[in-house]
Amino acid sequence: MAASLTTRQLTVRLVGVVLAMFAFGFALVPIYDVMCQAFGINGKTNTSAYQGALKVDETRQVKVQFVATNAADMVWEFQPVGDQVVVTPGRVSEMRFIARNPSDKPMTAQAIPSVSPSKAAAYFQKTECFCFTQQVLQPGESIEMPVRFIVDPELPADVHRLTLGYTLFDITARMPPVPVAGR
Amino acid sequence: MSAAIDSHAHAGHDHHHGPAKGLMRWVLTTNHKDIGSMYLWFSFIMFLVGGSMAMVIRAELFQPGLQIVQPEFFNQMTTMHGLIMVFGAVMPAFVGLANWMIPLMIGAPDMALPRMNNFSFWLLPAAFGILLSTLFTEAGGPNFGWTFYAPLSTTYAPESVTFFIFGVHLMGVSSIMGAINVIATILNLRAPGMTLMKMPLFVWTWLITAFLLIAVMPVLAGCVTMMLMDIHFGTSFFNAAGGGDPVLFQHVFWFFGHPEVYIMILPAFGAVSAIIPAFARKPLFGYTSMVYATASIAFLSFIVWAHHMFTVGIPLTGELFFMYATMLIAVPTGVKVFNWVTTMWRGSMTFETPMLFAVAFVILFTIGGFSGLMLAIAPADFQYHDTYFVVAHFHYVLVPGAIFGIFASAYFWLPKWTGHMYDETLGKTHFWMSFIGMNLAFFPMHFVGLAGMPRRIPDYNLQFADFNMISSMGAFMFGATQLLFLFIVIKCIRGGKKAEAKPWDGAEGLEWSVPSPAPYHTFSTPPEVK
Repeated sequence: MAASLTTRQLTVRLVGVVLAMFAFGFALVPIYDVMCQAFGINGKTNTSAYQGALKVDETRQVKVQFVATNAADMVWEFQPVGDQVVVTPGRVSEMRFIARNPSDKPMTAQAIPSVSPSKAAAYFQKTECFCFTQQVLQPGESIEMPVRFIVDPELPADVHRLTLGYTLFDITARMPPVPVAGR
Repeated sequence: MSAAIDSHAHAGHDHHHGPAKGLMRWVLTTNHKDIGSMYLWFSFIMFLVGGSMAMVIRAELFQPGLQIVQPEFFNQMTTMHGLIMVFGAVMPAFVGLANWMIPLMIGAPDMALPRMNNFSFWLLPAAFGILLSTLFTEAGGPNFGWTFYAPLSTTYAPESVTFFIFGVHLMGVSSIMGAINVIATILNLRAPGMTLMKMPLFVWTWLITAFLLIAVMPVLAGCVTMMLMDIHFGTSFFNAAGGGDPVLFQHVFWFFGHPEVYIMILPAFGAVSAIIPAFARKPLFGYTSMVYATASIAFLSFIVWAHHMFTVGIPLTGELFFMYATMLIAVPTGVKVFNWVTTMWRGSMTFETPMLFAVAFVILFTIGGFSGLMLAIAPADFQYHDTYFVVAHFHYVLVPGAIFGIFASAYFWLPKWTGHMYDETLGKTHFWMSFIGMNLAFFPMHFVGLAGMPRRIPDYNLQFADFNMISSMGAFMFGATQLLFLFIVIKCIRGGKKAEAKPWDGAEGLEWSVPSPAPYHTFSTPPEVK
């Protein structure tokens, strides 16, 4: 097969392989996202509001716990109003998180959710979440932010308790807060 | 073989095409032997530079507490030691051996793309000049480990990380061009009659290595490009705040990184497969199975990468898949070890320096393979992860694996390169000092690792003190011994017993059909292979 190619043809093909593999390196990014979604890797959950409706399963109850963490260098005070709720799969539940900007300058924040155990992530649907957008807080301002979610009745039977964790990142440098008119 | 007669007949004719005079000979050369020599010297210099960094590390770890360097500098030393040994010492040494030996082994006059060959060599001093220069910047050089995990290497990196990225790009381009050259040479320049299944195993392992290189070096280039974009152009490939994922970095890196470890060992497999038959005076046992085993290892290396990441939170099915796939690699590797041992079985063995290194390679690489199997057990890996046990494991596969393979090759082919025999007594001294030093340095690391000593730290608990002191003494011994190797090589170049065309009784292959030292131009007329 290869012996019939001239060195020039062979080299061109090999360079083609190199370029294809360079592209493949970048293709790993979407492939990874698809894999994460398909297999619930890393506890990644939906990044836009869930629209569907799910059948309610009255026969079981699942405990959902909440964790709020600041990423390194993040100064906001950030916590859920309650530690946990007991939910019925298929029914919409709500939890509120409180954030306060104690610094002396306006800041923008982004919350990144994660569900553990990670195999439960695919069965955790958020219908409304403050993590779908960014939060801008003026100095000293605080905000109460809701998350509404449905636990899918298809959740594996061995999962009785799951944890929704948020990590809050300071993205002021990336998205400078727009000055509010009239202040 | 008629090749010897051919090249003798051409020796006079070739004489006036000899090397150009002066420095420009080395800058402009397209001769595979010149370029091979430059690669080998470059890699040896890098071996000493990276080795000096290891000496700093071991000196600091000689006793608990901070004595010699600050933790920040210690981190730069571990990072640069890894980067320089992997990309600057081991890989260029094998490319150097490939340049010297592949054309001689397949009866080709030179590499297929000689001008590119020159360019790919000269990229290396530039790449490592850039990389080493970072140590002199104010914030210091790379300090995030040779695996440069994001966000350590992006959000929290010193400013010199951009130089590091550019250096990695250059060495990647160099490796890719070297690999393309090797493939083109092997596929297109074989002498008539040299079918694929008649090629020496060193050529086979290098062909497979070259395919691994062109498959994964571009992925590494993509990985550092994504880092560059995250750092300077506001993207968020690895930044969770912007929707990226640091774990993605580990997947991309190890998709490159695992085949990379086979890139560093397969050519050594090939060299040892040439050396053991020569000194056992028996043909290699199971040639065909060796070729298929090498190809299987190369294939499997693409589907096991996540065994480096068992603790990041992979689903159970993933852990199981990567655990079993990793263990599967033990099968073709076992085939190879079996074949080497069987080649020695009932052979009339003699133990010249190349054979000593080759036998030590088989034994010690197998130990490294076994600790690799222990690490492959996903539930056990949670204890071993990021401890000195891992350091012990990969030094056992890389030092007596890759480095001993290179030493064995150097001693085996030095007579062909220089025309002189090296000093056998000094060679054996070099071997035994390296062997003892290396085991003293790395064997105790298994114990401190199992006892829980984490890697990449400048200080440690008192309970690890004795073993660390032994490790340091072994490391100093191993390091100092390499200066003896330098002396042996220089002595061999300057003189010594005249080497015959075939200085080893049992050696086989076309390279022994040309005189020693190999003339500047060989096989201008292809030899006939029967």
